[in-house]
Amino acid sequence: MKHRLFFTLNGDGVETEIESHWSLLQLLRDHLELTGTKEGCGKGECGACTVIVDGKAVNSCLYPAMELEGREVLTIEGLADAEGNLHPIQKAFVEHGAVQCGFCTPGMLMSAKALLDEKPKPSEEEIRKGIAGNFCRCTGYIQIIEAIMAASKGR
Amino acid sequence: MEEFTSVGKRVAKGDARDKVTGRAVYMDDLKVPGMLYGKILFSKFPHAKILNIDTSKAEKLVGVRAVLTGRDIPPIRFGFLKDNVPLKWGKVRSYRDEVAAVAAIDPDIAEEALNLIGVEYEALPAVFDPEEAMEEGAPLIHEVDPRGNPMESNVLPLPWKLVAGDVDKARRESTHIAEDRLKTTWVTHICMGTMGIIAEFDLRNNLTIYANTQIPYLAQRDYNDALAAMGLKGGKTRVIQPTIGGGFGSKLDTYGQDYIAILLAHRTRKPVKIQFTREEEFFATSPRQPTVINIAQGCTKDGKLTFRDVSMILDNGAYASWGATTPSVMMMPISSLYKVPNIRYITRCVYTNNTWSQAMRGYGNPQATFGIESNLDHLAEEAGIDPSEVRLINSNTPGEVTPQRFKITSCGLKECIEKVAESLDWESKHGRRDGRGVGMASLIHVGGGARVYKSDGCGTIIKVDDFGTVDVFTGATDIGQGSDTVIAQVVAEELGVGVEDVNVVDHDTEICPWDVGVHASRTTFVACNSAIGAAKRVKEQILELAAGYVDIEKDKDGTKQEIKLDEDPANLLIRDRMVYSKRDPETKIPLGKILRGSHYRTGGKMVMAEYFYDPDNENLDREFKGNLSMTYAYGTHGVEVEVDKETGKVKILKYVAAHDVGKAINPMLLEGQIYGAVSMGVGYGLTEQLIFDKGECMNPNFRDYKVLTAKDVIPVEPIIVETIDRDGPFGAKGIGEPGCVPSAPAIANAIYDAIGVRINSLPITPEKILKVLREKEGKKGE
Repeated sequence: MKHRLFFTLNGDGVETEIESHWSLLQLLRDHLELTGTKEGCGKGECGACTVIVDGKAVNSCLYPAMELEGREVLTIEGLADAEGNLHPIQKAFVEHGAVQCGFCTPGMLMSAKALLDEKPKPSEEEIRKGIAGNFCRCTGYIQIIEAIMAASKGR
Repeated sequence: MEEFTSVGKRVAKGDARDKVTGRAVYMDDLKVPGMLYGKILFSKFPHAKILNIDTSKAEKLVGVRAVLTGRDIPPIRFGFLKDNVPLKWGKVRSYRDEVAAVAAIDPDIAEEALNLIGVEYEALPAVFDPEEAMEEGAPLIHEVDPRGNPMESNVLPLPWKLVAGDVDKARRESTHIAEDRLKTTWVTHICMGTMGIIAEFDLRNNLTIYANTQIPYLAQRDYNDALAAMGLKGGKTRVIQPTIGGGFGSKLDTYGQDYIAILLAHRTRKPVKIQFTREEEFFATSPRQPTVINIAQGCTKDGKLTFRDVSMILDNGAYASWGATTPSVMMMPISSLYKVPNIRYITRCVYTNNTWSQAMRGYGNPQATFGIESNLDHLAEEAGIDPSEVRLINSNTPGEVTPQRFKITSCGLKECIEKVAESLDWESKHGRRDGRGVGMASLIHVGGGARVYKSDGCGTIIKVDDFGTVDVFTGATDIGQGSDTVIAQVVAEELGVGVEDVNVVDHDTEICPWDVGVHASRTTFVACNSAIGAAKRVKEQILELAAGYVDIEKDKDGTKQEIKLDEDPANLLIRDRMVYSKRDPETKIPLGKILRGSHYRTGGKMVMAEYFYDPDNENLDREFKGNLSMTYAYGTHGVEVEVDKETGKVKILKYVAAHDVGKAINPMLLEGQIYGAVSMGVGYGLTEQLIFDKGECMNPNFRDYKVLTAKDVIPVEPIIVETIDRDGPFGAKGIGEPGCVPSAPAIANAIYDAIGVRINSLPITPEKILKVLREKEGKKGE
């Protein structure tokens, strides 16, 4: 069933028609062609599809698009500023070697962003917990944690 | 020590900006106009006759453009022994056998169409244990070999046997002997980006493939063979690689889904994409195979190793991919980790009705090293010698020629062992048996390429544009490890430009030169040596152009001044994008100016060079001997664990990873390789296991297949030992795989040190620990 939806995406208003069974991930990737958000499992297990809805990190593969009405969504495409300047967390990921194959990176960054917004100076333990739902097979997480730590200190 | 401007620096990955902004395009993100979606129907039985396949209903579904079965396709064979076909006909041999395929206008319709395909099977007796599969009367998985000759057993016709010296004699003469039987299990790569492929034909039957492959040029050849089998003679293949979401060996072969996409694309004359779901990635890609390891090692009373006798049985699964060849690499640690004069190694790879195996980071080395290093601790205990001491006594050394005829050039093993022992405070901590323990294990791996094919080569083309920026076209494939970045660093170093001035292009067989693929930890060694070769030629050309170059420069007051570079290229130097006269550093002209000068003149010249580097290493001969690699990477891992005797849980308190890397071209990326590999190695040791029940994968999801998460993060301390290898690019060796090789035995040895009982099967789960602890308590009580 078709459904009309209004929400804010990366700061811009979006009005679009969706199928009522769509997930937020489907809406982003297939319909709005924002492929920065990745699908790692489609079952809410790996965190690759993490985006921020009203300040909270969510697995967009499980999040019903219908629920978006009036909400604010931030995806990886909206993390750098309009001039293309990287967000401090993105910068820290680049500079600390927190990126290898990069497939988990967008989701990891969104979880990190949500964490730092809520808790600007997290402990290492809190960082680990904050990204525990984001799987990475390349890095062993160490440089990712270092990067988040560095970004938090830069604040 | 030589001063470098780019080499040795913690340079950020060249593609990191695209990756942190979501701009990098992976296979899953790729769409081609008019593209159809392909889906595969997999077998419902592990071993069965296919009596009939009815596709009529699926064909009638609106949106379906083609349905294919094994009946409809030409005889395309693939895999290491050519024992596999894209769509099965006659019978299926595993749950991942492809039975039919559909192309439709969207993925949901394709999925629905699969449900409409009716397949009639007649179940056959199946076998899932390699040892049972070797028994007389076991069901034959393949009745005939690819040449049509009858198969007499399920043992693959591969003569994996290495003998050096006289093991039986050495055994008789050994003072101490330790024997063990160990087991390893199925584990899988878990690339975060799943396998995918798009196949597209033009009107002249040329094929374009988009795939996240690790072997673009070998795949190109496989696909050309398929075109020939399809009767499309003269058609050629172009392979384009999008950003690759992890490799780890999983993409070293071409697979059924590749050929199915090609066949569907040909049938429909439309581009067809097949993208695996996570579930398919778990059960329908090729994992690391389980092994049964029987090992004995002996030593003199002084702890000098006398012999190593290993026999293994490998569960190959239903078809042969490169997994069947991992014994060729298992031989390496078996023959050449530590000095052991007498070696015997025999392995049988056995067909079963399980999934089928592939290379995975380490290519057999993690299994073999688990056997060797666990058993070595056992032997040290038999001999009453400290395990770190035994390792030092038998350490490899530069100049040595090993029983497999490996020529050891640089070797930092001794230093690695010493540094790990020191960092762990080994002397005071080892042997306490108080629930805390320390363990160590070492590794040898190819560090200077590996001649597994007739060539181990990689090509590079470099061109320099009008402004002094450098385009490097390499055959190498970046799967996330950062090869593009280290290639940029060595080219920048060689040419005297900044890393930011070097653009590495690596994703298209139509543009880039040839390479055998990203495997065997070879890319930094081979591709960087190739890039350096091309850069040297480019530099020569630039200096030729620059020799005697005259530039007119205006002063502030407008007076013209002539600047002339030395007439002899040998007296010129490029640094910071300027060409200098060595004798007079004040005389300098911007590189871009010289390049533009050479373009904008009569009889001008373009600066461009190519280089093909094929290391001077050897194929193994009929006895599996020969200098496989130009140099060998060494390392030692040390672990301190705490075992909870109530829950059986193992906590890693400290993890030290010392690696002889030759030279760290980029310490940050190097550490990243070590951290990541250790995480995979610890998973192998403690948590990871693909569970098969009668051939069916029972845990094809992240909930039940336990990869380490950030909560389990291992406190890895890398120790970088630089031995500056004479043949390495700026002295470097390969480091992609080594970090995951010794983790499992180092942990197993530490657990033994903590609780006094050895667990000889992976993964070492809390259940196994509790079981041995209870047995031990039971024995005490008797």
